[in-house]
Amino acid sequence: MFGIPVAVILGQLMLGLVNGAFYAMLSLGLAVIFGLMGVVNFAHGAFYTLGAFAALLGMQWFGVNYWAALLLAPLTVGILGIVSERVLLRHLYRLDPLYGLLLTFGMALVIEGTLREIFGVSGQSYPVPPALQGALNLGFMILPVYRAWVILASIAVCGLTWFLIERTRLGATLRAATENSQLLQAFGVNVPLIVSVTYGGGIALAALAGVLAAPVVLVTPLMGSSLVTVVFAVVVIGGMGSILGSVVSGLALGVIEGITKVVYPEASNVIVFVIMAIVLIVRPAGLFGRE
Amino acid sequence: MRPSTVFYFLAAAFALAVPQIGIYPIFMMKLLCFAMFACAYNLLLGFSGMLSFGHAAFFGAAGYATAWLVAARGWGTVPAIAAGVAVAALLGWVIGAIAIRRRGIYFAMVTLALAQIVYFVCLEAPFTGGENGLQGLARGSFLGLFSLHSDITMYYFVLVAFVGQYLLIRRIIHSPYGQVLKAIRDNESRALSLGYDINRYKLLVFVLSATLSGFAGSLKGLVLGFITLSDVQQSNSGEVILMTLLGGSGTFFGPVIGAAVVVTLQEYLSDIVGGWVSVIIGAIFVVCVLAFRRGVVGELAALRLRRWWGQAPTG
Repeated sequence: MFGIPVAVILGQLMLGLVNGAFYAMLSLGLAVIFGLMGVVNFAHGAFYTLGAFAALLGMQWFGVNYWAALLLAPLTVGILGIVSERVLLRHLYRLDPLYGLLLTFGMALVIEGTLREIFGVSGQSYPVPPALQGALNLGFMILPVYRAWVILASIAVCGLTWFLIERTRLGATLRAATENSQLLQAFGVNVPLIVSVTYGGGIALAALAGVLAAPVVLVTPLMGSSLVTVVFAVVVIGGMGSILGSVVSGLALGVIEGITKVVYPEASNVIVFVIMAIVLIVRPAGLFGRE
Repeated sequence: MRPSTVFYFLAAAFALAVPQIGIYPIFMMKLLCFAMFACAYNLLLGFSGMLSFGHAAFFGAAGYATAWLVAARGWGTVPAIAAGVAVAALLGWVIGAIAIRRRGIYFAMVTLALAQIVYFVCLEAPFTGGENGLQGLARGSFLGLFSLHSDITMYYFVLVAFVGQYLLIRRIIHSPYGQVLKAIRDNESRALSLGYDINRYKLLVFVLSATLSGFAGSLKGLVLGFITLSDVQQSNSGEVILMTLLGGSGTFFGPVIGAAVVVTLQEYLSDIVGGWVSVIIGAIFVVCVLAFRRGVVGELAALRLRRWWGQAPTG
């Protein structure tokens, strides 16, 4: 195809899927938070970075291994998210949603700036856990085990989140709060608690993505800030309220980006934004969204 | 005399006297450029209620265009600035036409994403100098009449540009067109039902705001003699929002005060605390959004109203 070896194309497709897995997890968290709270969480990328740093520092300082970090880092960062919701975001719910965007932007500046001043801009690498090292030879391509794990894990997590929201009692309550939180509160449901837990859950998803990403990317204080802009575009393409839309478009755009890297590398950084512009012109509500 | 007249007289006296009272002219020019940027931004956020998260694209693109024309093509200062402003206007028209299809937070995210395209073009295009940007720009002369190399001459040139732009913005807002913009900001569906073609109004104000932001960017490049990626970066878009909000969005002089505070902090605080200055800016952002949404000028105006009426203004 275009004189490019098949193995190269498949390799980039694989990388694209890995990136898409991160886009999917981040945009899923953004979609859940936005759906319930009407807040566009600009700090999402910063919490993703915090997740990666939590895994890294956990290992360096306390000897926490990768598998424990998969659980502990999202938990720690999620609690931090709940605290920030209780202390800061809570005061803005009655105002224009734009203030939520601005507040979380300020939060992102504080988090990323602090990490940068303490750890510097140069990245640190996180070792691939022993059980996931090596590569499988599939005959037509070499598949690094860790990458396959990231893709499977992220699809599993997204599926689990979908199940939790669409098929359980807790999810039903959450969806009811999205529809009409005042009425739900009148039924005796503790809505502020649901909001806090949801925000914490969305943040924990971002942190989990950060832990998964730590062994494949360099852990730097700014790893999230470039990602969050792409994820915003993914969310606009998918349609903001839609859970399925955010996951599908996250994976798909990762793949498209990977293919662009092979065909026309100069455009690979902007392809997602260009697609977003086209989608907006053709379908302003996004591919899966309703106006 | 009204208090605002006194204030403008004092501000004018101060601005004219800056080179005599020992304030570093380069610092003052940088401050004025960012004040122009914030005022242009305020036209959109404060008076039309549209929160753009991508204004660095216009500021930076115009800066790059002017810098490239001066450095690589040997254009004169004034034509290069005019060309930079034209680039910003064109870009504003394209980005605005796409972005105004969505409202509120979507509008913010779309402008952010489209501005990111401009950032990557500036990073990768062969004529923008990549990570280094374009450096060592000569200021040239004003239409061959007088040289702009001296900081003092350049300062007065920038001051005139600032005053001109400030008066233009006042004129726009006080015109019937500006009144329609405010009506759209306060109640879009009502303005629509009154028969105003709101998309045309919104696009025009977006282009105006982008154009004037570009003017500020072009001047800033010439003042400092360089233009870099940080001018076109997302953080620059965030800072102009902070300046506008901190000073008072929707007030005329607020953005100038906001720009003065932020530029002064960056210039003098970074000597003391180094990179922590961005953490401090983030914290100011948080405090401003939580407790200080009317900004300095807005709070002062509210205070005065309260004294007159004996109670807080409603609404």
